[in-house]
Amino acid sequence: MLEIRDLHATVEGKEILRGISLTVNKGEVHAIMGPNGSGKSTLAKILAGHPAYEVTKGEVLFEGRNLLELAPDERAREGIFLAFQYPVEVPGVSNAQFMRLAYNEKRKHHEEEELDPLEFKDLLAERAKVVEMDAGLMSRSVNEGFSGGEKKRNEILQMAVLEPKLAVLDETDSGLDIDALRIVSDGVNQLRTPENAIVLVTHYQRLLNYIVPDFVHVLYKGRIVRSGGKELALELEAKGYDWIKDEVGNQQSAISA
Amino acid sequence: MMSQATKEKSQYRSAFEEFAKQIAQGEPLWAARLREGAMDRFEAKGFPTTDLEDWKYTNVAPIVRAAFRPASNKAGSPAQPEMIDPSIYTEAARSRLVFVNGVYSPELSSLEALPAGVVLADFATAFTGEHADLLRESVEQNAAHDEDAFAALNTAFLRDGAFLLIPKGVSVEAPILLLFISTSADPDVLSSPRVVVVAERDSAATIIESYSASGDAVYFTNAVVDISLGDNARVTHYKVQDESLRAFHVASTRAELGRGSAYNLTTITLGAQLSRHGIEVLFEQEGAECWVDGLYMVGTGQHADTHSLIDHRKAHCTSHQNYKGILDGKSRAVFNGRVFVHRDAQQTDAMQSNKNLLLSTEARVDTKPQLEIYADDVKCAHGATVGQLEEEELFYLASRGLHANLARNLLTYGFAEEIVDKIKIGSIKAQLDEAILNRLHARLEA
Ligand SMILES: Nc1ncnc2c1ncn2[C@@H]1O[C@H](COP(=O)(O)OP(=O)(O)OP(=O)(O)O)[C@@H](O)[C@H]1O
Ligand SMILES: [Mg+2]
Repeated sequence: MLEIRDLHATVEGKEILRGISLTVNKGEVHAIMGPNGSGKSTLAKILAGHPAYEVTKGEVLFEGRNLLELAPDERAREGIFLAFQYPVEVPGVSNAQFMRLAYNEKRKHHEEEELDPLEFKDLLAERAKVVEMDAGLMSRSVNEGFSGGEKKRNEILQMAVLEPKLAVLDETDSGLDIDALRIVSDGVNQLRTPENAIVLVTHYQRLLNYIVPDFVHVLYKGRIVRSGGKELALELEAKGYDWIKDEVGNQQSAISA
Repeated sequence: MMSQATKEKSQYRSAFEEFAKQIAQGEPLWAARLREGAMDRFEAKGFPTTDLEDWKYTNVAPIVRAAFRPASNKAGSPAQPEMIDPSIYTEAARSRLVFVNGVYSPELSSLEALPAGVVLADFATAFTGEHADLLRESVEQNAAHDEDAFAALNTAFLRDGAFLLIPKGVSVEAPILLLFISTSADPDVLSSPRVVVVAERDSAATIIESYSASGDAVYFTNAVVDISLGDNARVTHYKVQDESLRAFHVASTRAELGRGSAYNLTTITLGAQLSRHGIEVLFEQEGAECWVDGLYMVGTGQHADTHSLIDHRKAHCTSHQNYKGILDGKSRAVFNGRVFVHRDAQQTDAMQSNKNLLLSTEARVDTKPQLEIYADDVKCAHGATVGQLEEEELFYLASRGLHANLARNLLTYGFAEEIVDKIKIGSIKAQLDEAILNRLHARLEA
């Protein structure tokens, strides 16, 4: 479904991603972990098409198509979804209205009937159950004044409405209380199908107890320095990142020697 | 050789003399005298130039250059009801006065929904009615303080006006519509609407002052609106300026507030190539409150100027002012908001805000909030901003599949929402929704 080959990217002239390769097949869950500032969100935003990041080398294929030549809105309509690490507040635009417009844009794109506000209300109420979202948050402005946890929940609600093929969840677990983490994880699991795929960015093993990954990757200084199964996350939880940093350091000095 | 300005003056002078002849039988002597005096004042003052601080950013030369003819009830064919239908707010279908190309139209007006005691009449009728003295007082008082040439010009051609009296203790349920509509049947007309509203103590009413056009004629609306609120009166006032995009619109709104009264004004500015709205809210007694809010939304070729004065003359009054501007294409807006707190106006609470959204790099806004405070125990705040759509918000919407245009429109709508949301009349709200989204080519029906 997704194939990233030797991806290099810069922001404001600074190189952040330095050769990432990753293949995600449908039905898979991949977890991406790594120290702060290693480039996880950068990778996520590049997949969504954020204009601030410049791809300087490499390619990204989504269902065999060159993803990088699509505008962000086209990518979304094709089935890519990014749950933001820091969801954006949109004053004056109601959450329900926003989601209906997004939903209908996708329907139109796939030459399906649009839903009117009443029809959509029913659909939204049904999807809200997936994340046990409070109905009061639907009529409020998008994310405006939402608590940290409410914002994260709202991201997954949007995922439930848009039913993407590939969802990239950037630290959706951070900011959620213990109960909310369980509810949101359950929600994500409900949305899993053999046809879609999920990339989870997280710092904590805890999330991976709920959403069990098929692969775990460690991103460090813009590269995937280690990949493994779900046990890798347990190992990181126990040992931290130092041993990986050391390994990488040794390899690099070996190369330069 | 005659200067441009002098030439213009004599042009209005001859028009004035013709106008005077035309209406000689219909008007009372005092009105004729008043108009004569106003014409003299207009000529003495001349149209304002950009040398004047108050007109620094708004050049009225195009109005001076154009040759407008005063509205005449002889000109053009009478308007057909179908023509004005789209401009009638259904909530006010049976409580409306309609003026077409500056001339009162009894056929298109309807007073059925007004409760007994409420007077809503055109000037010709009101001049001979039992409240003629009240009307005369208001008009004369206005003439005494018409500082600028436009107000004097309005008085000089005073004829087609609306007089509204809400007697004490009466609440009018239906909103009252004063519709000034321009058709292409009478191009180059100078309309001089005058509105006098007297809301006696403990009364309540909603007024919709609406300027609209069928077609895209060039004409000039020069309006003066005077509202007085008695003690504890409550007046909600919507002004919707949706003139043709080639029209000129100059208007002044003046409200005098009695003790404990509440005046709630919302202005919507969409039309005209050049518009100027002067607003004065005068706290004449203690304990009154006003809201003076507005939205101006202009595109290429439009210039919209709002000048307001909130005059806190007495203690314990509260004013709220929230103006928002959306500028697209090569357009320009001016906001000048003065809040004046006199020495005796202790315990004043005054808030003023002007926010602008520039949708193009060619748009320009000059905003100047001004606070002048001479009392020491007051709470005042003001602020102005000029900004663009936020990149991160645009990306967020795009990442959910919204086309770039729709994302821009939605954010623009979000910017205006605070003002739209304040409007309690469904059909005005719908008109505004459509104006915001149509201008920006999108649809939104939630
Ligand atoms: N728009 C930007 N301008 C400047 N620097 C940026 C920008 N975006 C990212 N960076 C830098 O790129 C590096 C990687 O950032 P990124 O957000 O991808 O890290 P991360 O792995 O998601 O970290 P965290 O775990 O803290 O979320 C950081 O050093 C960051 O400061
Ligand atoms: Mg991050």
